[in-house]
Amino acid sequence: MIHRMPITRRAALAGLGSVLAAPAIRPSFAQAAPIRVGVLHSLSGTMAISETALRDTVLMMVEAQNAAGGILGRRLEAVVVDPASNWPLFAEKARELLAVSRVDVTFGCWTSVSRKSVLPVFEELNGLLFYPVQYEGEEESKNIFYTGAAPNQQAIPAVEYLMSADGGEAKRIALLGTDYVYPRTTNRILRAFLNSKGIADADIMEEYTPFGHSDWQGIVSRVKRFAGEGKRTAIVSTINGDANVPFYRELGNQGIKAEDIPSVAFSVGEEELAGIDARPLVGHLAAWNYFMSVDSPANTQFKAMWQSYIKNPRRVTNDPMEATFVGFKMWAQAVAKAGTTAVDPVRTAIIGQKVDAPCGYTLEMHANHHLSKPVMIGEIEANGQFNIVWKTPNAIPAENWSPFIPENANRRRG
Amino acid sequence: MKHSVLIFLMVLALALPARAQDAFTAGLTGLGTSFNQTAEAVDRLGASGDPRALPLLRALADGRLLRQADGALLIRDGAGAIDAMSGARAEAGGAEPVRLNNRVRVALRGALGRLQLLSPDQAERQAAAEAVFRSRSAENVPLLEAALARETVPAIRARMALALAASRLMASDAADKLLGVTALGATASPEARAVLLEFRSANPDIAPQIDEAVVAIDQRLALRRAAETLFQGLSLGSVLLLAALGLAVTFGVMGVINMAHGEFVMLGAYTTFVVQEALRDIPALQPWSLPLAVPAAFLITAACGAAMERGLIRHLYGRPLETLLMTFGVGMMIQQAVRLAFGAQNREIISPSWMQGTLMLPGDIAVTQNRLWILAFSLVVLALTVAAIRFTRFGLEMRAVTQKRAIAASMGIRTGRVDALTFAFGSGIAGIAGVALSQIDNVSPNLGTGYIIDSFLVVVFGGVGSLAGTLVGAFGLGIINKVLEPWAGAVLAKVFVLVAVMLFIQRKPRGLFAQKGRAAEA
Amino acid sequence: MSLAVSTPSSPTRLRLGLRAGLVIFVLLLGIMPLLNLLPVSHPLHVSDFLVSITGKWICYAILALSLDLAWGYAGILSLGHGAFFALGGYAMGMHLMRLIGPRGVYGHPVLPDFMVFLGYQELPWYWLGFDSFPFAMLMVLLVPGLLALVVGFLSFRSRITGVYLSILTQAMTFALMLAFFRNDMGLGGNNGFTDFKELLGFSLNTSGARAGLFYASLIALVLSFLICQRLTRSKYGRVLTAIRDAESRVRFLGYDTTSHKLFAFVLSAMLAGVAGALYVPQVGIINPGEFSPANSIEAVIWVAVGGRGTLVGAVLGAFTVNGLKTWLTSAAPDLWLFVLGGLFVAVTLFLPKGLIGLMKGRGR
Repeated sequence: MIHRMPITRRAALAGLGSVLAAPAIRPSFAQAAPIRVGVLHSLSGTMAISETALRDTVLMMVEAQNAAGGILGRRLEAVVVDPASNWPLFAEKARELLAVSRVDVTFGCWTSVSRKSVLPVFEELNGLLFYPVQYEGEEESKNIFYTGAAPNQQAIPAVEYLMSADGGEAKRIALLGTDYVYPRTTNRILRAFLNSKGIADADIMEEYTPFGHSDWQGIVSRVKRFAGEGKRTAIVSTINGDANVPFYRELGNQGIKAEDIPSVAFSVGEEELAGIDARPLVGHLAAWNYFMSVDSPANTQFKAMWQSYIKNPRRVTNDPMEATFVGFKMWAQAVAKAGTTAVDPVRTAIIGQKVDAPCGYTLEMHANHHLSKPVMIGEIEANGQFNIVWKTPNAIPAENWSPFIPENANRRRG
Repeated sequence: MKHSVLIFLMVLALALPARAQDAFTAGLTGLGTSFNQTAEAVDRLGASGDPRALPLLRALADGRLLRQADGALLIRDGAGAIDAMSGARAEAGGAEPVRLNNRVRVALRGALGRLQLLSPDQAERQAAAEAVFRSRSAENVPLLEAALARETVPAIRARMALALAASRLMASDAADKLLGVTALGATASPEARAVLLEFRSANPDIAPQIDEAVVAIDQRLALRRAAETLFQGLSLGSVLLLAALGLAVTFGVMGVINMAHGEFVMLGAYTTFVVQEALRDIPALQPWSLPLAVPAAFLITAACGAAMERGLIRHLYGRPLETLLMTFGVGMMIQQAVRLAFGAQNREIISPSWMQGTLMLPGDIAVTQNRLWILAFSLVVLALTVAAIRFTRFGLEMRAVTQKRAIAASMGIRTGRVDALTFAFGSGIAGIAGVALSQIDNVSPNLGTGYIIDSFLVVVFGGVGSLAGTLVGAFGLGIINKVLEPWAGAVLAKVFVLVAVMLFIQRKPRGLFAQKGRAAEA
Repeated sequence: MSLAVSTPSSPTRLRLGLRAGLVIFVLLLGIMPLLNLLPVSHPLHVSDFLVSITGKWICYAILALSLDLAWGYAGILSLGHGAFFALGGYAMGMHLMRLIGPRGVYGHPVLPDFMVFLGYQELPWYWLGFDSFPFAMLMVLLVPGLLALVVGFLSFRSRITGVYLSILTQAMTFALMLAFFRNDMGLGGNNGFTDFKELLGFSLNTSGARAGLFYASLIALVLSFLICQRLTRSKYGRVLTAIRDAESRVRFLGYDTTSHKLFAFVLSAMLAGVAGALYVPQVGIINPGEFSPANSIEAVIWVAVGGRGTLVGAVLGAFTVNGLKTWLTSAAPDLWLFVLGGLFVAVTLFLPKGLIGLMKGRGR
């Protein structure tokens, strides 16, 4: 879709030349050179809260793969860098991983802006990035594989659920979000979807807050008032990680129970709930493609693997971790199939790869670089886990170009 | 699903004596199978009025109702379980708890409400009246009339009257409906307003009366909403006050710019977490973990402050800008140290029950308990700070050193010690602020970063060196912010406030309460 | 760097040594893109990565220079210089976005992608004109300059100095950050601008374009340095230094201190804007994170580490701190904040004159 000169200068970039090629991260060459796995997750700054667990997941997968004999008889070696929640630094670190550390694959990014920042670098240097977080869609790069959900794999089914008899037959929707592109785009898609279901604009409230917003008094009372206009109301929250704790506290303290105004969140998982007292939130919902409470053999194995790796039997797993796990497995299978780690063959080999995922379904990588994923709705339980109250019978293919965004009709297809 | 229901019915038919084929038993059909059928069963049980229904529904609400593979229902009590039907003790092995979703919860609330309306327990009747109000059905009218006739507690009577009015709206009789509309219109309840509006679309014939009732409620609500906005502003102000107070001491009195101030606040919040975890195994002390965290946080952050003053800041007196840069570096290190020690994830702080929920002030003004406590707490901390500066020996020495260091020294005051104590004192207050903020914000390594700029602005806006200025500045900014928010949105409101403060400082560079003396010349 | 090699015994010789060092340094930088053209196997080959990252550091060095002019010479400790840098960057970013034209994902002839999927129907008025390079460059200078003029005029007139001014400028950049985060600003919100295609007809993301931007930055750095040097050595510069050291006294001598400071502040903001404009096409992204107050403080710290009031120090500091940061975020991802934080503490405590001061101290 994006035309760019095919620059295959990787060989030319191989030169040492750099005083920065820290000897500490140079491998000790054994018989065969190890396969290098880049990890591009923030370990400091605001996003460290979410991203450190993903770094640990990748390190766990590398360790497990090595214990199983590596891939193609070669050992795996992780190269960890800290882009420090700083978006230009993401681009710099991506370039460093590709050009200096010469990684074969990178797992990384959480926010859309970090992905947008590294995308040109991955395309220019023909790298391979696995992006494990749900996002707003409207993107497709030949160098990126998206293992999180597109809007149709999370947002739309969740709203359909809220409007169903089981979900409380909501007729009014409050769209609350952090002011950035994921909530904006998702809410634009949702508004079009709601309109198509006969919900008028007057019955949709849309409000945005800055990152890390901590004072929710005003907005929660406005939602209360909005809900007091005589129709069943539900909240759809695209509030970003950090702001959720004060938001839910305020919800609990203002006495908004899930029976009255249910809320469904797209960015609140087990990891976020671990930081709050979940008792006042029982019954509020979250939509994901995986919950830790999924009952499947693959998940039992995944949880045991994680808790023994992190040496803490109380640590939780969550959706982006599962997406990282699935992405890693797919990449490993593709490398084994292609017989090389070179980007172009791997990129071809990975299409159609299937993984028995912890979510209990077999997921497949499609030609649009997105996974088919099941959608699950979970109710928050007092212990911070989710009670899965609804799920799709099958994994749903991703519509990364939403049909609810009219401009997609004129999109250039590449 | 159907299959299991059939089996269940067969089991019922076989296992139960004929006597039990009453409304209660029939009501149980399907309970614990699908959410749909569970909700319907709950509705039937609520309508049955059977005395066995109440403990069963309560058990269901508490997650104590278990369902065995053969469909038998058990109620867990303590370690064992009893059979829901016979009341006999039973073995709970292999039984799964019956799961709830929001639909079941809604049904459950209505059913429990009906069954508890005549309960001897006051709290239960209050909750029941609330629940019946929300579930509103014409069938409840006679029940409510009976309950209202017996009720003596005024607050519960009011609630029941509201529930009765709402239930009347659902009646088929037009006169009954109008009665309900009038009764609801006489209240100042947002819920009543919501019910009326909901009812309006289904009853266009009495729309004018409904509109009139809604307008009447709105008028009564306007004042209350203003009061609630004011409270929200005061609450935001109290948070700003707590965050800025320590800074008012270190920056205002000593002229030291401490960019690590936010990190001291964060350390206070983590102290709360550590105290809570330490007391986890001592049930007697658990409810006291938050009050105990206050002195602990003060001591720990004060010690950090003293160490920082003696080790680092002392060498930079008279060079506030260098202090700023150095403390920024210290802040980076504290943040990363905490991240490595406690992990980057949020830490869970359990709010004590007296800090949860909403409190109704006179005039039905709803305020959240935790924010009310924090508001009170911030004023107490301010009062203690003022008292410490005004009425103690340490305060006297501190003021002396602030005003004329050389003379204070020649009077025998050990100025170095006073500097250390003052800085420790200011840092300790930051720690206390952290305890309070742990109740409303994330306990994460980034906690402090969000407050530092606001704190500096509050201190400068109020007037450096003046605690009264800090008080007025904090509450003033808090209220302005909350008044602007509904119009401008949360982000723009904050931007407006920032710009307004900047312009204000241009006009009055010394702040609201200008101070004279050494600090003013910094 | 070769600066420390000379051990002159008098300040004049030191200055000569510094100047020689600086010239050598610039020449070394100047041949880097040429060495990049050597075959990979050649021992003197310089990697693409190093070229691109050095280009970024040069922009930081210009920012540091501009701060040194304001802080080191005029005594204005701005904690909001990141805002001027970011505004310059945004002006350039808007130009780059306009140049994408119909090559965006949605193929819209005018609107950038983010506007298309957020449902914009037409270009907001403040985007007009940015398709022209000269206009965009004018804005790079004008927008930060005007902001500095307004803020500076109001503050200096009210005689706001020292830490008050620092807090004020910090609030300024914070307010701008919040405002730019808003999607309704029509400037891309949190994501800002990315995925640029070309500049002046050259496709970005090629070695050639990178070398071109590298040289443009280097020339800008040298020019900025010469301007600052000429200025600070002139009579105006001496008055400025006097204002820094004793503002009231200078005012009583009859100088108009407000306009002296204002000139330095506005010029400094414009230099910061230029740095931002050169930075954006090299890193490929501009977003409101650049307004973050921590970024501005970090820039001040570069100057402090190098040594304030010396110009050379600012450049040296920017390269040292950023070099360390790049190296440590890879070599010690968990510990780099300790090293950097420790460096800031150590420099303010033990090297009040920065690294340059250390060299001078050794010289005596």
